[in-house]
Amino acid sequence: MTPRGVLGHWPWAALVVFCAVPFIPGTQAAIYGQQFLPLFIYAVLALGLNAVVGYTGLFHLGIAAFFGIGAYVTGILTVPQFPFQQSFLVAVIFSALAAAAVGVLTTAPTLRLRGDYLALVTMGFGLIAVFVIRNLENITAGTKGLNPVSPHLLPGIDDPNLGALRVRPGWGATWRAYPYFYYLSLVVLVLTYLFLGWVERSRLGRAWVALREDELAAACMGLSPARLKLSAIALGAGLAGLAGALYAVSQRTTAGPQAYDFNRSMTAICCVILGGLGNRPGVLLGVFLLIGYDQVLTPILDNEFQKDWYQQLFPEHMRGKQYLKVSGWRLVIFGAALIIMMRFRPEGLLPEARRKLELEAGDGDGEIR
Amino acid sequence: MTEFCQFVLIGLVTGSLYALIALGYTMVYGIIELINFAHGDLFMLGSFLALQLVITIGVAATPGSAPAPPAPSTGAAVLAIGLMLVAAPVFCAALNAVVDRAVYKPVRAAPKLAAIVSAIGVSFIFMNMGLFWFGPVDLNFPSLVPNTNLLDGTDLRFTYKDLMVVVVTIPAMVLLTFFVRYTTLGKAMRAAAQDPTAARLMGIDVDRVISATFAIGGALAGVASVVYGLYFNTVGYQMGFQNGVYAFTAAVLGGIGNIPGAVLGGIVIGLVRALGSKYAGEEWSEALIFAILIIILLFRPTGILGARTREKV
Repeated sequence: MTPRGVLGHWPWAALVVFCAVPFIPGTQAAIYGQQFLPLFIYAVLALGLNAVVGYTGLFHLGIAAFFGIGAYVTGILTVPQFPFQQSFLVAVIFSALAAAAVGVLTTAPTLRLRGDYLALVTMGFGLIAVFVIRNLENITAGTKGLNPVSPHLLPGIDDPNLGALRVRPGWGATWRAYPYFYYLSLVVLVLTYLFLGWVERSRLGRAWVALREDELAAACMGLSPARLKLSAIALGAGLAGLAGALYAVSQRTTAGPQAYDFNRSMTAICCVILGGLGNRPGVLLGVFLLIGYDQVLTPILDNEFQKDWYQQLFPEHMRGKQYLKVSGWRLVIFGAALIIMMRFRPEGLLPEARRKLELEAGDGDGEIR
Repeated sequence: MTEFCQFVLIGLVTGSLYALIALGYTMVYGIIELINFAHGDLFMLGSFLALQLVITIGVAATPGSAPAPPAPSTGAAVLAIGLMLVAAPVFCAALNAVVDRAVYKPVRAAPKLAAIVSAIGVSFIFMNMGLFWFGPVDLNFPSLVPNTNLLDGTDLRFTYKDLMVVVVTIPAMVLLTFFVRYTTLGKAMRAAAQDPTAARLMGIDVDRVISATFAIGGALAGVASVVYGLYFNTVGYQMGFQNGVYAFTAAVLGGIGNIPGAVLGGIVIGLVRALGSKYAGEEWSEALIFAILIIILLFRPTGILGARTREKV
């Protein structure tokens, strides 16, 4: 195999590393190791979004709404103030189904829209979802969020921790539900990744790409654009709902409506675009870079930059200001990443071969409509 | 009834503010079909510059420090407002034109997605600039215009503040209409909007026209940002997104690319917001605006005043 071919399998190398991380001794790894969880959850969300934006070419700016629906369905099915009291495995199935159903229902009226108009409608939908979550206080507990979300894996299993792992200092102590949930999220991510690879090669996945490349031609060849768009949104929204369920359990709360706002949709879009629209390894790379920077690297650096040696480099009046923290630069980094990618490498860091050809044709064909 | 009239009045005043921002969206979209996501954040930076100015000349206190300075005399207040109304538009116009040259121009030949994504990127960077400038908290904008009621003796309130909004926004819109209709640059803009290739063949420097459009849209956002600060007396780094979405909805409602349409759309949005908060409840009024955005896009994507265009295959 060529070196490039070996490098192409880096997601599996990353998987080995992630599996091994909990066995690394030392408190630093324990504290920051938890931050990998958002990485897995975002990866499921971004892979779902990729089915909509990348494969099918529908520019959806409201994916966070489905993420929120997943989180809240899980919340409603597990928190004590409702009578359901289900376990995770039940809740997660309902979360994905509910998100997919809402996705199909809200997309059906928008099928004839294209390009920026579709982007705006989906953005409007995402914004409304935040207000609905905030205002339906009887169900969603308003800005407080539903809690505590149960981490129970199966009915009857109260505390499904992998006992052996909890013995190691650090892991279990920092977060009780950590070991089992860490691996559960990782397994969900791997299954999602493999499943999407299968979908990509299936008749359905190829039909999506045909639709993206030229809707008119695809329709002429007997494909049904409406059915294809709805199936793409069902899959994308379902995966977003699944990610939302994982998120709610990982936080032990549904957080508040602000966790599902435009910002989260945009973060997911950034990951997909940075990595490479339509390419699974690319999307993973985008997530690992952006969310890795945001959730893993930033806390470490911010913690380090609190210290005297760094603060004393600057005059008194500047200390403690936003721009001396790494987290203060978050939006600049995201924004600059988007602009630079669009300028120099619009196909993403790891482009999908076919998409690259489309962009290089340069006659406007294959653009996202 | 009086209450209803009062809310209509509030709606008209805030609506003319949204209209001013909406004009910037609609003019840019009319020419290069770009949804300028950064426009709302440009508006935010304009109000920050205005605030910085009044702090520097000593009319307002630095946020989070010393007690507020004594209320400025009428003369000082008028001077400060005049200064802000010059500085903020100039700043926003220059910034918008520079961003066009540096960011949007290089991707103009690329698929449309590239420009929209770049605009989202610019919006993020602007927001972060605002965050560095005054931090994450909401700030007091000095109340330089008195809140005295002009309609004393009736049940209605129409204050000097309301008057100021009308006195600034209406002439700005009239000026813009004349500019676009009668000046050479205005005619060039309309030509470029109609058919960029033909305009270029007629000897119009389309890139320069686009820059000018960004500058004018930015200047209007700058005017709006000063008026907004003086009217609501609160500014913050997140105000750009929210007001940007309202203004954008206004532009789409009126028919995007259509200048009178943006004004009409702004006023309708102002009315919906005011009456919605009265009758549907404050917490639903924003959701109502987004619902209108969706409904318009679904059933009449060309807006109220927009002409029907055929889709190019």
